[in-house]
Formats: sequence, structure tokens, C-alpha cells
Amino acid sequence: MNFHAIKAIYVFEMARWWRTIMQSIISPVVSTSLYFVVFGAAIGSRIESVEGVSYASFIVPGLIMLSLLQQSLSNASFGIYFPKFAGTIYEILSAPISHVETIIAFVGAAATKSIVLALIILATANLFVDVQIQHPVWMVIFLTLTAITFSLLGFIIGIWADGFEKLQLFPLLIVTPLAFLGGTFYSITMLPPIWQTISLFNPVVYLVSGFRWSFYGTADVDIAISLAMTLVFLFAALGIIAWIFKTGYRLRT
Amino acid sequence: MNQQFTAAATAVSISHLDKTYDTGFQALKNVSLEIRKGEIFALLGPNGAGKTTLIGTICGLVRPTAGKILVGGHDVVTEFRKTRSMIGLVPQELTTDRFETVWDTVAFTRGLFGKGRNDAVLEKILRDLSLWDKRNDKLITLSGGMKRRVLIAKALSHEPEILFLDEPTAGVDVELRRDMWNVVRDLRENGVTIILTTHYIEEAEEMADRIGVISSGEIILVEDKMALMQKLGKKDLAIQLQEPIEAVPAALAALGLELQNEGTELVHSYDSHADRTGIATLIGTLNEHGIRIKDLSTRQSSLEDIFIGLLRDRS
Repeated sequence: MNFHAIKAIYVFEMARWWRTIMQSIISPVVSTSLYFVVFGAAIGSRIESVEGVSYASFIVPGLIMLSLLQQSLSNASFGIYFPKFAGTIYEILSAPISHVETIIAFVGAAATKSIVLALIILATANLFVDVQIQHPVWMVIFLTLTAITFSLLGFIIGIWADGFEKLQLFPLLIVTPLAFLGGTFYSITMLPPIWQTISLFNPVVYLVSGFRWSFYGTADVDIAISLAMTLVFLFAALGIIAWIFKTGYRLRT
Repeated sequence: MNQQFTAAATAVSISHLDKTYDTGFQALKNVSLEIRKGEIFALLGPNGAGKTTLIGTICGLVRPTAGKILVGGHDVVTEFRKTRSMIGLVPQELTTDRFETVWDTVAFTRGLFGKGRNDAVLEKILRDLSLWDKRNDKLITLSGGMKRRVLIAKALSHEPEILFLDEPTAGVDVELRRDMWNVVRDLRENGVTIILTTHYIEEAEEMADRIGVISSGEIILVEDKMALMQKLGKKDLAIQLQEPIEAVPAALAALGLELQNEGTELVHSYDSHADRTGIATLIGTLNEHGIRIKDLSTRQSSLEDIFIGLLRDRS
């Protein structure tokens, strides 16, 4: 194991984040606060509690999940896309570092950033509303698994993308709609039956439901299914990455 | 015994290497090449000849289609950790992390190549490359020549045994080029094997111990530089005449003389190592025809002439 290399990439990625720490933290915190103002205070005041939890509190796990997904994707995709764009990727490709080590370093850094951010948003939310965490260990497990899974997906997008537009494509066109339709702002039990069934094809439903369960003990889908699906997504992402490295797709010619 | 000796003296051994890109373009065709330990090997060739692809396959950037590459006796595919940690690569393009400092980027590369922190080593490298004063500067603020030095510093940061320089002095001014040649010579003194690609013949002529010429993906020649220049070296004898003549005398037609400068200069190309250069006959015949000589000069052909000659012969 080339620990020096893992450390070098991880430290390099974290340093890049640190240089722009204010933008990195302020924009998600501001946008999350806006969600609280709009959905929590303005709209939420007209909605009765959802499954025994006030609406403003109910949306906290969903909002954290939304930021976590977006940040994991963008951090990881940018982290690997930028060296490709700038040409510095040659160094990583010519280094005595295995694929697994490369992923641990890049995905580890991206996941760390998004977890730190999620915790900051959690702290911010705590200022606005009452937040309980009934299952803190499971909360951390869901947070970490989801951060890693979406950082892996971001890594895949970063390798696939050959322009900045494509880098934005997935987060904007797929992940954000899925997150909005995945029960971030509502319980899917509030939907008509046909839409409830359709929602079950949305992977984000399982992530939000499991995460919300760790807060309030209520879930749209069984917790075991949530966990199983989270792991399925994780292994699917790992499978795609294994293929990318095996074939050298968009990395080695 | 003999085999062991060969392995110990060989830095890079390439056998029957082919590379065909997905587009169907065949960049390397059955390339076999041995680079000796401690030498400066110049790979010469026109743009698009396959120089960068060849380096890429050795360093792990390009996947070979067929063939085998050993670095220090280790296979570059199955023992990539071993081989890549022996190699430093200076790429052709000036690719740098714009917002990093010189020190950070060089330290990053050292870590990436599996070496622990060693500030003394990095300091020496930066001083040798006149980068020490710039160590806290961001790369975006550096000139092109300085960035090139940074790339060299990065490639040396993990103390490699073999250094690849892909077009190291492309777009670099004359002074910096001289500096860089000195750095490369110092490295060779310390036992580092250096492989440089260039299309500046001057560079190869100045630096290399051996020269390989690649054209359209094939190695067409590998030769000791001196031997190459001697073997293929032609000399030109220029004879300035006191009065212009209208035509080369018929008796000298066999020598293939060229009449230049409005009939005031005769140029005779000859092989300086041949038993009979034809010079005595030439001067005697000129005398017989009453053509009077004002001055004589000879010129040794450069590697560039040889190179152009080689490529022309093939096409």
C-alpha cells in the first residue's frame, strides 16, 4: 500500500477545499437556510406535523441528504475532472499507485468534505428548529455510506465528463430532481398510491427514508430495505469504477 | 553470467512493442530498444513519429497493444509499482496546478511516488534548478521557462533512477536551454539514466551518448552519436574560384560537383572516411583546365543533415 501517495492526494484535495473554504461552506449553508425560511417557516406553518414531527424538523434530514448528495457529487467529480482538464492527471497515471489507492484518496477527500458540510448544516438547522437524533450511530452510518456512494458516482462522472457542462449535467438534471421527488420535503405516504409505487424506483427515497429514521424513528420504507439499497448503490458504483480502471476508460489511451 | 551482466547494464528494455489506438492509428510498430544504464539517450523524430507514445507506454500513460517493456528488469505492467517508482517524467506540455506553490507541488509529487517527506532533498533540487527563491510562489505567477523547471523538479522529487524528458526545451530560450543541459549532465554524472525526445537535432548533438531515430512508429536507427556522425557524416569542400566559370568541366562530371554563387564556387560533397575522397583528382583537374583557386573550406555535416537524409532515403 502506497500510504504516502494516498496521503499526498488526500492532503492536496483538502488543501484545495481549504483555499476556498468560505465559498465551499457559505453557499450550501445559505441555500439550506433559505429552504428553512421558505419551506419550514412560510409553508411549514400551514402544514400539520408529519408523522408526529413538526414539518420544519421533518425536512431537516432530507435537506442534509440533498446537500450531501450534491456536494459529494460535485466535490468528487471536480476533484478528478480538474487534473484531466489541466493535464496534471499524467502524474497520477504515471505514479506507483494502484486503482484502489487512487479511489481511497480522491473519494475519501470528497466524502470528508461533504460529511463536514452535512454536519455544519445539521448544526445550522439546530439553530432554527428542534432536531432529535434517536439513532446517532445509524445516522453516522447512513451519512458515511451515502457520502462514499455519491462521491464514487461523482468520481465516475468526473472521469466520464469531457467538458464542464457534462460535469453539471448529472447533478442538475438527475440528482436534484430525484432528491426533490425522493421525499426530501415530504413523506411519500402523502402521495397518491400510484406515485408512491413510482417513487420506489427512485433511489433517493431509500437514502432519505433511512436517514430520517435515524433522526425520528419514522420511515417511508423499512429500515433494512433502506440499508440494503444503500449498499446496493455503493457496490454498483464500485462495480462501474472497477470496469473504468480495468479498461482504462477515458484515462489511459 | 553474461545475461546477468546485460540485465544489470540495461535500464529499459523494450521488445516487439506495438501500439494501435482505438481510432485504428498505429503509433508504434514492432519497436525493440535497449537503453543502457547511466546514458543519455536521445530519441529523435519528426512530430507525430511516436516519441511521446513510446514514452507513455514505458511510464504507464499508454497501454501497449503488444510487446513487453522491462524497467530495471521489472515488467511495467505486472510490477508497475517497482518500475514507476524508478521513473521520473517531465511531460511535453506545461501542465501545472496553477494555484499551488512551487514547494507544495514538488512535495506532492514526492509523496505520490511513495517517498516520505524529506525537505533536504527537495531543497537541493530546487536550488539546483534555481527555483529556491520561488519556492513560495504560486505556479500561475511563473514564466514558461520557470514552469518547465518546476516540472523537472517534480520529476526529480522522488530521486528517480531514470528520467524521461519529453521535448524538454521546446519553447525555451537559449540561456535556459543551456542551463537545462547542464542540469541534465549533472544528473548523468550522478548515475541517472536520461531519455530525452526532441526534434531539435542540436539538442541531441550536444547532449546524447546514443541516438535513436523514430519515424512513423518505427525505430529506423539506433547508434552511438559519434559513430553515427562519422558513419553518415559527409563533408563539403567549397572551392572559391578567382573567376567565375559557366559550367563544371566535363572531366569532373563523375564527382557530382555543384556550381554555386554565380559560378564563383564549386562544392564537392565527399565521405571523409573513404579511401579516395577525390580531392586530389579534383584539384589536379582544375589546374589542368586553368581554373584558379582563391580559397578552400570544408564543412562537416550536422546531425540534422544526417537526419533529413535518413528520412528522405525512406520516403
